[in-house]
Amino acid sequence: MKGALKKTSYLLGLSLVAANLQAETLVVLAERIYTQAGPVIEAGAIVVEDGKIRQVGRQSQLRLPAGAKTLQAAVVTPGLIDARTVVGLAGYLNQPHDQDQLETSAAMQPQLRALDAFNARERLVDWVRSLGVTTFHTGHGPGALISGQTMVRKSHGNHVDDGMMQPLAMIAAQLGPGAFGAENRSPGTRSKQIAMLRQQLIRAQEYQQKQQEAQEGKAPSRDLELEALVGVLNGSTPLLITAYREQDMQSALRIAEEFGIRIVLDGAAEAYLMLDAIKAAQVPVILHPTMARQFGELENASFITAQKLHQAGIPFALQSGYERYVPKTRVVLWEAAIAAAYGLPYEVALASITIDAARILGIDERVGSIAVGKDADLVLYTGDPFEYTTQVSQVIINGQLVSTEPH
Amino acid sequence: MRKIVVLLLSCLTASLHAQQGLQAFVGATLLPIDGPAIPNGTLLVQDGRISAIGANVPIPAAASIHRMDGKIIMPGLVDTHSHIGQVAGADSSAPIQPDVRALDSINSRHAGLMKAKAGGITTVNVMPGSGHLLSGQTNYLKLRNGSSVEALAIRTESGAMAGGIKMANGTNPLRASPFPGTRGKAAALMRAQLVAAKEYCDKKGSDSPPPRHIGHDALCEVFAGERIVHHHTHRHDDVLTVLRLADEFNFRVVLHHVSEGALVADAIAKAGVAASIIHIDSPGGKLEVMNLLPDNGKVLADAGVLLAYHTDDPITDSRLFLRSAAMGVRFGLDRDTALRSVTLNGAKMLDLQDRVGSLTVGKDADFIVLSGDPLSVYTRVEQTWVEGVKVFDLADPEQALFATGGYGAGRDQVASEVLQLEAAQ
Repeated sequence: MKGALKKTSYLLGLSLVAANLQAETLVVLAERIYTQAGPVIEAGAIVVEDGKIRQVGRQSQLRLPAGAKTLQAAVVTPGLIDARTVVGLAGYLNQPHDQDQLETSAAMQPQLRALDAFNARERLVDWVRSLGVTTFHTGHGPGALISGQTMVRKSHGNHVDDGMMQPLAMIAAQLGPGAFGAENRSPGTRSKQIAMLRQQLIRAQEYQQKQQEAQEGKAPSRDLELEALVGVLNGSTPLLITAYREQDMQSALRIAEEFGIRIVLDGAAEAYLMLDAIKAAQVPVILHPTMARQFGELENASFITAQKLHQAGIPFALQSGYERYVPKTRVVLWEAAIAAAYGLPYEVALASITIDAARILGIDERVGSIAVGKDADLVLYTGDPFEYTTQVSQVIINGQLVSTEPH
Repeated sequence: MRKIVVLLLSCLTASLHAQQGLQAFVGATLLPIDGPAIPNGTLLVQDGRISAIGANVPIPAAASIHRMDGKIIMPGLVDTHSHIGQVAGADSSAPIQPDVRALDSINSRHAGLMKAKAGGITTVNVMPGSGHLLSGQTNYLKLRNGSSVEALAIRTESGAMAGGIKMANGTNPLRASPFPGTRGKAAALMRAQLVAAKEYCDKKGSDSPPPRHIGHDALCEVFAGERIVHHHTHRHDDVLTVLRLADEFNFRVVLHHVSEGALVADAIAKAGVAASIIHIDSPGGKLEVMNLLPDNGKVLADAGVLLAYHTDDPITDSRLFLRSAAMGVRFGLDRDTALRSVTLNGAKMLDLQDRVGSLTVGKDADFIVLSGDPLSVYTRVEQTWVEGVKVFDLADPEQALFATGGYGAGRDQVASEVLQLEAAQ
């Protein structure tokens, strides 16, 4: 009797293991794998278990688990990372009820959290996911001196907390005419922008000092605005400064130096005019989409700026950015493709939407390359990922197949 | 000193004559569009027109020879809908302004024209915007080297500048009075205008002609089939409204954008109306294009609709026009139709199919030299030729600036205003 029971439970256990294996083990075979963690692997395989990458290498050199669900592709890359977007906040309908990327009631509102506005079921989230984006840095957009916070999240899941990686990633700011106040409200000039920003950072310094010096139980009452900026001052939250013109980028570097803060340059259309200064300041760049319209503040933008940043040795990533009209979002895969077509080396272009983006966002321990132990975020393609006529055939996030409709 | 000047001048004239003389482009793969590809073909150009094309064309001794080994040569691209050249039309005084001409606003030195040449566009329908039911007369231009609209204009047989007329329905022209507030009012205003114009046109040839009305005159050309209506329309029901008006007033129309065209593809095909569409990288951005899907081109073409793509520059960049066709292929369109959709099909929509759109003997020598497959992201437009004259050369750094962008490449202020106007509506 005892023995029989034992045997039954043993059998039960075995079948459970088998069920688990089927549900959680995935093998991806590809003619070519761009791992972004080493050389390209031809005739490669990736073994995924429990949402993580367990093996990667040449098919002939791996021990592939028998009976596991197997997918095939011409090419596999790491899940794409959009280094700066507003999807989930700026909805596809472009009506007031779905535009939460910009609050215009004040020039500086660093206390606005991205997670309070993110709509996980927004159609553009589905759209970019179907085109390979597995992680994005999204949140408040350009348009105000300080528009609010950003966050980093996987592109899958119906709740904002699903796949959340950084509820507070950066604080978004903008310099130049794009962030002038509406209807004669300040700031109305570049000089006023900088004056307002400096004064606010100084207030935050004073607030920080009062908090540090306060005796226990006697701390000053909390100020959410200044509290958010204290994170910028103490280095825990980078200030993401959108600036297109050279003079505005110079102002951004000046602010960074004065307050000793970490900044990331966003947009940076005229970066090629001041490569040495950007490099010396050790500031990473999240470059405007390659196909961003070249007029207004971007009248001097170029398809080859990414190549110039690369040649100068400045860390950079590409982004989909913010669009006020059509297309309501860009797609980083296509932006990187144009950069590659205009001289950015192939794997560098791929890195700008995978591992290099992950490094700038500080998430490269988990995502951005295909390496053992990392999240199983993978994109499968029918051919060269950058080619116009290639399709994204499948997308995997945390080992789960999240898109199977070719795009 | 004077001698040198004279000498230089005569050299210049000589070289201009050579361009206008006999030229042979040899060694490239030719994509004629109206026939199969010709590997290692020869394209002969005489006085700005194609005089021969084929694999075994004898090259006359007098011809100046251009070696194009390893390149692809295809017809210059035809963009059926663009806002380059700081083009404007109607003002905000009325929703229907057929008297207004795009040609009176075109800046022929505008950077947008140079960028369009860099993108391989040789023929372009330059149009006013879509914020009116009728925003004015459009212009069909050749992107020649020229610094006036006269120098760029394509001429009809009578010598007039060729063009169409721009109409729009849907939300863009819905505004405060005197603009319509509803779709029903929009159609009623347009019908009233067309009825009035028709009566005017009918009386024009009579013994007691009415006083001249330049707006009605343009619509008389529409009724006569000489001026094609280029009609901005997105939603499926708005598309059907256009077809209904075209049927009632018997005018020739090309549908533009046609974002929900896939929903009424059979009706469009049955009406024998052409569709000039746009590729946008994501759905949405305005309510009318919430259902814009990238396989719109495939569905329309499969239904038998004559299909073209357009840039709507600045909505999409003229330098990336070939990309639109290639993205059509990504989402199911066949390659041949895709290539026609940026050349010959567009030419048909402008009544220019006898002059441009394919590498055919007797047609204008408008062609582009590509580094590779026209539908590949890696391919660059290396040269653009209009009527036997090179108008863009990527090898020239000054011109290459327009191909890539960079410091001084554009001050596209007015184009951005067009965009903002559309965005505001």
